[in-house]
Amino acid sequence: MGLMDEAVDAVETEINNLKLNAKEAIEQLGAEFSGAVYDSILTTKLGKVVGWAQKNALWPATFGLACCAIEMMAMANSRWDAARFGAEVFRASPRQADLMIVSGRVSQKMAPVLKRIYNQMPEPKWVIAMGACSSCGGIFNNYAIVQGVDRVVPVDVYVPGCPPGPEALLYGVIKLQEKILREAGSEQARQRVA
Amino acid sequence: MGVTEQGLLERDKDTMTLNMGPQHPSTHGVFRVVLEMDGEIVKSAEPDIGFLHTGIEKTAENKRYIHCIPMTDRLDYLSPPQNNLAFCLTVEKLLGVKELPARADYLRVIMCELGRIGSHLVWLGTHALDIGAMTVFLYAWREREMILDLNEMISGVRMMTSYIRVGGVAKDATPEWLDGVRKFVDYFPAKVDEYESLLTNNPIWLDRTRGIGTMTKEEAVLWSMSGPVLRASGLNWDWRKRKPYSRYDEFNFEIPTQDHGDIYDRYLVRVEEMRQSREIIKQALDNLPDGPYKLEDNKISLPPRDTLHTSMESLIHHFKLVSDGVKVPKGSAYVPTEGARGEVGFYIVSDGSNTPYRVKLRAPSFMGIPGMCKMMEGAFIADVVAIIGSIDIVMGEVDR
Repeated sequence: MGLMDEAVDAVETEINNLKLNAKEAIEQLGAEFSGAVYDSILTTKLGKVVGWAQKNALWPATFGLACCAIEMMAMANSRWDAARFGAEVFRASPRQADLMIVSGRVSQKMAPVLKRIYNQMPEPKWVIAMGACSSCGGIFNNYAIVQGVDRVVPVDVYVPGCPPGPEALLYGVIKLQEKILREAGSEQARQRVA
Repeated sequence: MGVTEQGLLERDKDTMTLNMGPQHPSTHGVFRVVLEMDGEIVKSAEPDIGFLHTGIEKTAENKRYIHCIPMTDRLDYLSPPQNNLAFCLTVEKLLGVKELPARADYLRVIMCELGRIGSHLVWLGTHALDIGAMTVFLYAWREREMILDLNEMISGVRMMTSYIRVGGVAKDATPEWLDGVRKFVDYFPAKVDEYESLLTNNPIWLDRTRGIGTMTKEEAVLWSMSGPVLRASGLNWDWRKRKPYSRYDEFNFEIPTQDHGDIYDRYLVRVEEMRQSREIIKQALDNLPDGPYKLEDNKISLPPRDTLHTSMESLIHHFKLVSDGVKVPKGSAYVPTEGARGEVGFYIVSDGSNTPYRVKLRAPSFMGIPGMCKMMEGAFIADVVAIIGSIDIVMGEVDR
């Protein structure tokens, strides 16, 4: 087989892959399509499309608290690469972020600060409680630690572990993406931005 | 600030108060500092800590000694084995343990030095990121992942190993693990050269670090600095040499020092420390003795698991240790150790029961904060993040 044939084959494979990907995306959106023209025409709800876009571009706030923050940083790095799921753009300002990963123990002194940062984030916004401490207080059941960050802000996904590995956190992010897509276009999603 | 008759705002002082933190990416946690600014120059800096106060010291008073070890991991979460070691050495001193099996000490040393390298890698990555060099961050994390994998292999956890226990270590090293460590030891020096090729002669790096945050030898001593900061100021002070613990006197290594005491010198010292730590691990691997990996005194360390079904005594010891814990004689002790950021030590007071009466941590980051704020005075605002990064504070052990 000549070089030219190989190139043609490669291009054809690539086109087929693109078609498969498109089909997958359409199915994810819950869109309707009719046989012959499914790869060119697509009808769906606007809310679904918005949700799909939000899911694939989560911008977490750089909100490191304790030990878990180190694993959160590891998640953004080359080995675990959160960019594969579109969640790698860590923003230093809460006003540019829509995902708060509460990574670590929340002390009584930090809780009001955390609440304020949450309020500064624009809607819609989501919260992941990373690690045992922010989920339920963890091993520190004492006077200093808030027994679960859900006493301060609403939590969407809890990731257990002390600290959870980057792969666990990525799984949490994927679960959150599923939730965003599921809620897309629904009453809940509308309430989030209300 | 008042209002003049013309309705204009009148300032009653010439400086501006600037709040930094507690949610600021370059404070390495939840550190808050209030800066009095005169234009771009910092007039004074006042630290505000406690945003991560976890009550570890108080909680330790209600835990048995063995249960305190996982909490010490969460103090300095960048090099957890060092905290385990400091705690266990102090408890062993109270128990009157004179000497551990050589293999236990060597395994402890390997874990601590791996922890030191891992901690310095995080410092290097984040410090360079704060100053504006993104690439180093990705490079440093690549090697850190290898260390975390080794941690996971020997203890089951990536970060919080709790591997060092009173009377030895949790379990013996497997041949696969030792192979893994050897691979890392062979692989690592070229990578340190790589970091150096990115930073050491980089003009931007030199401009941002040389002559900034300077501290003389006398000042560093007066401000209770320890570890790499103290050595960058010219004092050759390292507890591994001054008062060797865990058979550090059997290893041949250098203590790197520099003279200027600025950020650049601290960088040089830490990079060289990574090389020296690698030397220590290599020697420990080469001379790793056979034998028990923990004390054979079953009143302190658990008897071997396989003897539980055959030996009545083992069963009794096991039951007593697990249900009641080890009883530590009355007294108090402090053992200084050389952590990644300086002197780490626990002051433990025992009342003779199976829980400590009082646990006090001497944390190098906590001791470093006043000196750090002193360095900020007279510096440019842009250098504040560089100074914070050069001290390498970990808020877990500052606020505990």
